[in-house]
Amino acid sequence: MEIGEEAEVEETLKRIQSHKGVIGTMVVNAEGIPIRTTLDNSTTVQYAGLLHHLTMKAKSTVRDIDPQNDLTFLRIRSKKHEIMVAPDKEYLLIVIQNPCE
Amino acid sequence: MAPKQKKKLSRRKKSPKPILAASEDMEPVNMESMGHPEIYPLVLTTKTQEIFNCRIDEDITDEQPYKLINKEDIFEDLRNRAAVSDFHPVKKIVQEYPGNELLLVYDKDFKYGLNFYLIGTEEGKENYLNPPEVSEEQEEYKEYIPEDVYIYKPPVSKPWVSLGSEKEIEEESVTESTKQITYMISRKRSEFGAPIKFSDQNASSVKDAYIECTAYPDKNFTLKQLEKDVGMQVIPQIKDISTQTKWTYPKNATTQYYPREFSEEEKETLKQSKPLVDFLNNASISVEIALQQNEITNTFIDDWKHLAEEEGTFGDKTDTHLKEYQSFTDLHSPTEKMITCVSWHPTIYGLIAVSVAVRLSFEDRVHFSGKLLLQPSLILFWSFSDPIHPQLMLESPDDIFCFKFCPSDPNIIAGGCINGQIVMWDITAHADRIENVKAGGSRSKKATLKPMFLLEPESNKEAMYIRHCAVSSIENGHKKVITDIHWLSDTFEINRMGSVFENRSGICCQLVTCSADCTICFWDIRPQKPLTPQTTEKKKEESIEIPFDVPSTFLHLDLSWKPLTKVRLSKGETSLDHCPTKISLKEDHLLCKTQDKVLAQSKTAKAEEMNPYHNLESRMPNLLKPIDDFCTKFFVGTEEGEVIYTDWKMEKDPETGRLMPKKPVSLHTIHDGIVHTIQRSPFYDDIILTVGGWNVAIWKESVMTGPLLQSCCAPKRYTSGHWSLTRPGVFYIGREDGYIDIWDLLEKTHEPAQSQNICITMITCIKPWIFSPKQQFIAIADYYGTLHILEIPWTLSRPSTNEMTSINHYFEREVKHLEYVEQRKKIREQEKKEMEQEMAKKKVKIYQKSKEQMEAELKMDYESYLELEKTVLINLGLIRVTEKGSYSDVM
Repeated sequence: MEIGEEAEVEETLKRIQSHKGVIGTMVVNAEGIPIRTTLDNSTTVQYAGLLHHLTMKAKSTVRDIDPQNDLTFLRIRSKKHEIMVAPDKEYLLIVIQNPCE
Repeated sequence: MAPKQKKKLSRRKKSPKPILAASEDMEPVNMESMGHPEIYPLVLTTKTQEIFNCRIDEDITDEQPYKLINKEDIFEDLRNRAAVSDFHPVKKIVQEYPGNELLLVYDKDFKYGLNFYLIGTEEGKENYLNPPEVSEEQEEYKEYIPEDVYIYKPPVSKPWVSLGSEKEIEEESVTESTKQITYMISRKRSEFGAPIKFSDQNASSVKDAYIECTAYPDKNFTLKQLEKDVGMQVIPQIKDISTQTKWTYPKNATTQYYPREFSEEEKETLKQSKPLVDFLNNASISVEIALQQNEITNTFIDDWKHLAEEEGTFGDKTDTHLKEYQSFTDLHSPTEKMITCVSWHPTIYGLIAVSVAVRLSFEDRVHFSGKLLLQPSLILFWSFSDPIHPQLMLESPDDIFCFKFCPSDPNIIAGGCINGQIVMWDITAHADRIENVKAGGSRSKKATLKPMFLLEPESNKEAMYIRHCAVSSIENGHKKVITDIHWLSDTFEINRMGSVFENRSGICCQLVTCSADCTICFWDIRPQKPLTPQTTEKKKEESIEIPFDVPSTFLHLDLSWKPLTKVRLSKGETSLDHCPTKISLKEDHLLCKTQDKVLAQSKTAKAEEMNPYHNLESRMPNLLKPIDDFCTKFFVGTEEGEVIYTDWKMEKDPETGRLMPKKPVSLHTIHDGIVHTIQRSPFYDDIILTVGGWNVAIWKESVMTGPLLQSCCAPKRYTSGHWSLTRPGVFYIGREDGYIDIWDLLEKTHEPAQSQNICITMITCIKPWIFSPKQQFIAIADYYGTLHILEIPWTLSRPSTNEMTSINHYFEREVKHLEYVEQRKKIREQEKKEMEQEMAKKKVKIYQKSKEQMEAELKMDYESYLELEKTVLINLGLIRVTEKGSYSDVM
């Protein structure tokens, strides 16, 4: 059972990583400590730390405006790529994609 | 009655009036105010009463309250008692009384204020004594008069009755109270008519010229304000405070941290936890939607921005012609020369170096070799400012066919000779001459006011002949003409084996040459470590006197310079070898863009005041770090038109134990003539342009199946070519009829985009150069020795916005096309095989036909054969034709 789940995790991450233009994928826990990543360590740590703070801020913003609302997805579009953050109570899934050539 | 006239006392001067005197003149007060002006109230004392016998209650009673008094009696009384007399106030009335007797009436009721009154008029007396009784009768008369009849009664003037109005008028009237003062001022008669002079005078300067009433605060008139209206408003109390921190001394403080991370086991455990799996399943859905959205379309594209080309252009956009800027010809040389190689000076603007060679074939060279020895072979330095005189002339032992400026130091030039020698020049001593070329040019412009034949060349305009400072060894170098020479980049160096090491010296110190004797040699300009004492002996032998003006930079190399390694391009088993004409190494494309780099380096070199080339240290082969993963492969173009991709690294031949060059990786015979240009694109380091014979080919280094682009045969032979330095899809090809073809891969790939005539003869060399973002020149050298400088128009120098990406796409497409072709080839081969098999099968089938069929077929064949025979014989005229027809028809 565990192995099956582990394989599922792997398979999901691989599927996301194989999308066109995806530069890196990482899974981060609630405190900003990376769990799984496809990038090198220093980059991962930097992304995790910064995006964790930003996601918390975004979440609190949304909740402040309407306490019954909640943050479901965060997309940051920059000149070079797009960072997508899917937040959860305990984890964060961060994907970096280069949308256009 | 005459109206009384009140005479005022105003006539008199102002002085207090004595009362007695006033009483004398005082008018008797009458009862005008009560409507009886004739009544004058009197006070009669008892004495007076006794005199006149009008004692109250004795002589005068109620029945007869009056008494007639004689006028004379009054007068007597007045005389007797004068002022004391009671009749004194009415003395005047008495005097004026016309009658004799005056009526004195006792006023019991004090009706008129006093106890007696005197009636002053006769009528009044009469009226008193006989009161009129007419009033009743008048009333009766009034009743009887009928109202219908109005009897007009004209107004009867009545005497004016004073009702006190004259008193009011008196009070109201204004009369002058003061007596007017009159002054009479006169002048002397003699002064009349004399001119008058007026002048101004300050009133205060003359004493008593004016009298003023100065104002003074009088306490009586100061007002004390007892009430004041005031408004108030409450505001918060505000206080401004500032502080300044005192920074006594700056102190550096640093912190270092490391991020928290999970260990591997923790990661593993977490991976298997259920919440993570659920989370990933949920999150991946939305993530994948987002990813797909991005793949589908870019929602943030600004279409307007992408539609527009770049901002305003300089110059005409439609102008695509190369504009003639300048041309240089050496007018002083006796023989006809051609230009073999052109190179722009990497740092100095407007300086271009040309190598010229005699325009003779090999036989003619041999024939005229004596004459040729007397003429020096030159590299000329031309500057834009002076088209007649070259700035510098570098001498060489024989004609130079190719040369290059050293990228690290533009004062070092290496050239390859026709006899196989490498020649080195060092023009550091003359560097200021060519650097100040522009300043010198401006001076000469002023002098050109004189006609040309009068113009005397200035001393610094004399081109100096600069001797070479080193040549390579004749025995050990190349045996035939050196066709190409390159400086190796300063990032790496190689050793005798061909292995690559890092270059610690920071300068370009190695050269690579290829020559017609089928070898490629690598040279090092640094002094070799003296391995054996033999070298020192050699040096002693060759202590030739050096001319004083030749720098001693490369003295160690002169005539003893041996190549580091030699790579022979052999064609396998045969003794024939490839004859390389041009090579292209991986790092070459950087040389086009070394302007800034060289500037910086040369500046630093100057700052150190120690040119590294003057202090070349020998190599330290053991201390250098080898560079791994270095691509030691390079492209070679040969005389036969082949493009070879080979390796310079030597490997040990297992049989003989000698170092053998590797076999070439790939070989393609594309061109029909000598390959004279192999060049890497300045934008991509794996795209190579090869020009030779009648066509052009573009290659990609990793794709060895064939060229990405191969043009069809052109009408004229291509003799030189070069990539454009700013546009990735443009390159220039020179033809043998003096035309230059400009190819634009974005426009057309099957033929040149435009063609322009430059000169009348073969173009030997093309070199574009960037001076500024707005100015680009292209130097075109021709067979007759003229160097043309043309300006590249805006359209050819400015890349369009997406040109890089478009060219990338193009090349990728071509690569894919090649792959497709390869696959198709394979498929084709397979198909071919199958087809052959089928054919073979078919043939077997044929033989199994039935006999009858075969006979029928044979018969048909025979009949058709007979027909054929007949027609042939008729045509030959051997059978007479019975049909009607002209004789000519048969023939």
